[in-house]
Amino acid sequence: MASAFNIYITGVGGQGIGFLAEAIARAADKAGLEVRGCDTHGLAQRGGAVASFVRIGEGCHSPLVREGDAHLVIALERCEALRAARDWLSPKGNLVWYDTSWQPLPVRLGEEAPIEAPEIEAICAALGAGHVRVPGGSLGDPRMQNCATLGAVARAGLIPGLDMGNYEEALADLMEGAVLAENLALLLGGC
Amino acid sequence: MKRLGDMLLEPGAFSEIAIGNAALVRAMVESGVEIVTSYPGSPTPEIAEAIRSIPAERRPFRFEFSTNEKVATEVAFGAALDGRTSVVFFKSVGLNVAADSFVQLPLMDIAGGMVIILGDDPGANSSQNEQDNRHYALMSYMPLLEPASAQEAYETLKVAIRTARAHRTAVILRLTTHVCHMKGLISFAALDKQALAGSHNSGGGFLPVASECIPIAAAVFPMKRRALERLAELRLEADASALNSLMPGAAARGPGRIQAQGGSPAPRRGIIVAGLPWLSLRDAMEASAAEGRPDVLKLGWIHPLPTGLIARFLADHDEVKILEELDPVIETQVKALAFDAGLHTRILGKAGIEEELGEHTPTKVAAIMSDAWPDLFPMPAARPALPGRMAPSRPAQLCPGCGHRSAFFAVKAALGKDDITVADIGCHTLGHLPPLRMGRVLLSMGHAVSTASGLALSGRDLPGGRKRRIAFFMGDSTFFHAALPGIVNAVYNSHDVLMILMENGTTAMTGHQDHPAAGRNFNGPAAAIPVRKALEGLGVDNIREVDAYKQDELAAAVRSALDETGFRVVIAKHPCMLKFTKAARRRPGFKPRHVTIDQAACTKAHACVSLFGCPSFQVVKDGRVSVERELCIGDGSCKQTCPSGAIIDGEGGF
Ligand SMILES: Cc1ncc(C[n+]2csc(CCOP(=O)(O)OP(=O)(O)O)c2C)c(N)n1
Repeated sequence: MASAFNIYITGVGGQGIGFLAEAIARAADKAGLEVRGCDTHGLAQRGGAVASFVRIGEGCHSPLVREGDAHLVIALERCEALRAARDWLSPKGNLVWYDTSWQPLPVRLGEEAPIEAPEIEAICAALGAGHVRVPGGSLGDPRMQNCATLGAVARAGLIPGLDMGNYEEALADLMEGAVLAENLALLLGGC
Repeated sequence: MKRLGDMLLEPGAFSEIAIGNAALVRAMVESGVEIVTSYPGSPTPEIAEAIRSIPAERRPFRFEFSTNEKVATEVAFGAALDGRTSVVFFKSVGLNVAADSFVQLPLMDIAGGMVIILGDDPGANSSQNEQDNRHYALMSYMPLLEPASAQEAYETLKVAIRTARAHRTAVILRLTTHVCHMKGLISFAALDKQALAGSHNSGGGFLPVASECIPIAAAVFPMKRRALERLAELRLEADASALNSLMPGAAARGPGRIQAQGGSPAPRRGIIVAGLPWLSLRDAMEASAAEGRPDVLKLGWIHPLPTGLIARFLADHDEVKILEELDPVIETQVKALAFDAGLHTRILGKAGIEEELGEHTPTKVAAIMSDAWPDLFPMPAARPALPGRMAPSRPAQLCPGCGHRSAFFAVKAALGKDDITVADIGCHTLGHLPPLRMGRVLLSMGHAVSTASGLALSGRDLPGGRKRRIAFFMGDSTFFHAALPGIVNAVYNSHDVLMILMENGTTAMTGHQDHPAAGRNFNGPAAAIPVRKALEGLGVDNIREVDAYKQDELAAAVRSALDETGFRVVIAKHPCMLKFTKAARRRPGFKPRHVTIDQAACTKAHACVSLFGCPSFQVVKDGRVSVERELCIGDGSCKQTCPSGAIIDGEGGF
């Protein structure tokens, strides 16, 4: 287990979690590392919370990660960032989250207060984990937020053994033409 | 850019990142499968998506989505009976629908061989139960193989096809959700055209004369005998099969023998495991700091069990834990076997109900094993206490612009407080959640018509001499799948029920597969069978049809229909907006549309949030409502729900 690196990626159905997981898995493969993972997409397009797992390195077997054992958590939404940090982030791990809010029903109904960024930071602090907030709202096309977040992960070098070239090659497996160019720009330049 | 369709037809051997479901299609191509059928249901629809990625003219087999799992099974059977190797795939509960024909298959002589791929769903990730379909294999005398990973899924399907052909029978390949969806680098073999030609049974072998395929009365017994004899032969094959593997543990002295400190030798311990739990167990073993490691017998042949292999494993160990997801199917057989063989091995089965519930995830398996053998599997350090609250729950919900939401809102307005609504399966099942709360009971696809009929028969009288009124919801794919017999029954036996048909033109919940009213099938244009025409053909004469976005009209239609008698239908029609918006986004010049809140007009009544419940509406601290631009599609079905008319076309936001 020593060399395994576990990633938990989460957000709300429709945000492109599966794409993010696929890109990371392919980047790891390009880097010559063993990789496995799994999307949990039962009702992925129906606005529920969804998650993908990616595990990199030797000595990991299940496509699923043990709770509290994700070295890196990537969340594309504020409430899901809180949930994932509580349930999945390992002590001394890293949380990268894209700050947009799609309020879950209990918040909209006023049964629960809206989630605030400091709540998420407090969990990270308690776990001694790193914390990167990608500011939301600045992207023309909301469907590119997953790639912007991937850029934050790649530029900070948060996945050991993967370099920028691996991510670029991975994206080139998955898209082409103008879409690829746009996403590469997000990956490299940031938002 | 890589294309799945090219990969699936690649002539040479290669490795590629893929999910289990896609890898299965490569196994079909390599094995020369000729006919493939299905009815959509998670976790299997990605098999069809992988098939679709191969352009129709290059597709080496024919595929169809049949109207339900029983039909799909029968089509695959008919083709295989005549010598064409076939595969049928569907989700766990699909087997209940297929069962009447399915259980007969082992009685038959199936020249081409057929494989039934079952997507079981431990953990009920996307199903109404987590039924363990291994029971069906035992009940019908049908062989069942089970892989533990995506790579194994690909390899095991090839073994299943070979076995089905060699024994002229049907074989089950049982997968579970996270084996279907497991992703990793998979090594694929080359396409071997010559070997393929040799292995092929050719079609046209089913003769128009003899009657040995008619199991009636006394004719059943030779057929059942043949099925049982085949099972006995297969047990020998299972015993020798490379699908099972024996993995010696690690210990200071001898496999599985753990030296207790300074004392007598610790018991020899072993684990019997199958499927994905094996990978969870491997993780638990790697994570354990304990010195010793038990031996493992990992099974790939689940029915018939390799009893010789298991008996030897039992004899070699003092204690054997059976690590088994869902029901104790292997456990009960292994215990019986140990009893018959007079073995005194201590067999640790399920320790309680918890071990029969849910998926055997790495988290769960770590707990189970540490319960069984804390010395070998110490519990990991507890998680530090975390500050603050839990994240609010986020159940799945109807999409922005969904016609079902608009319909439910209107129907709710039309119903009296004593009226009962019955839910059915589809996206519209989500209507039972707050704030709409439409639909009170759910069994299975298409049940609603007859459950409603029964509720109506019960006919409870209400104060003032009124009768309780019953309405039920039905999707348009489900209409063809399983509702028709119930509808015929309701017409024939004059049940007083109102069907609200949620017609969105597609099989939405499982990923927008076409259905018989769509005018298309998997392979191209097809004659449409409109739902309304089908109903009229059945003699239903009380039918109203309303656009689901026209809430007043729909409510009026439901109100009138509720007061009538007999079998009545209100068709609430609107295309699936998720499908519609996806297609619109792809067209050049697409301009996103939104609504916004006229803050001057808004009275903060929050009907949009607490009664209509479109996820686009967000509430900020001072009670103002804003429209989330990333969610809102500008459909405007919400406008009618605002008592002060404050929802207007706009740019989203405040
Ligand atoms: C026997 C069975 N087969 C398949 C499924 C999977 N399934 C869940 S919802 C659904 C489709 C329902 O489509 P439709 O009736 O048109 O309703 P919609 O989702 O479009 O609202 C299917 C096939 C199931 N639950 N049970």
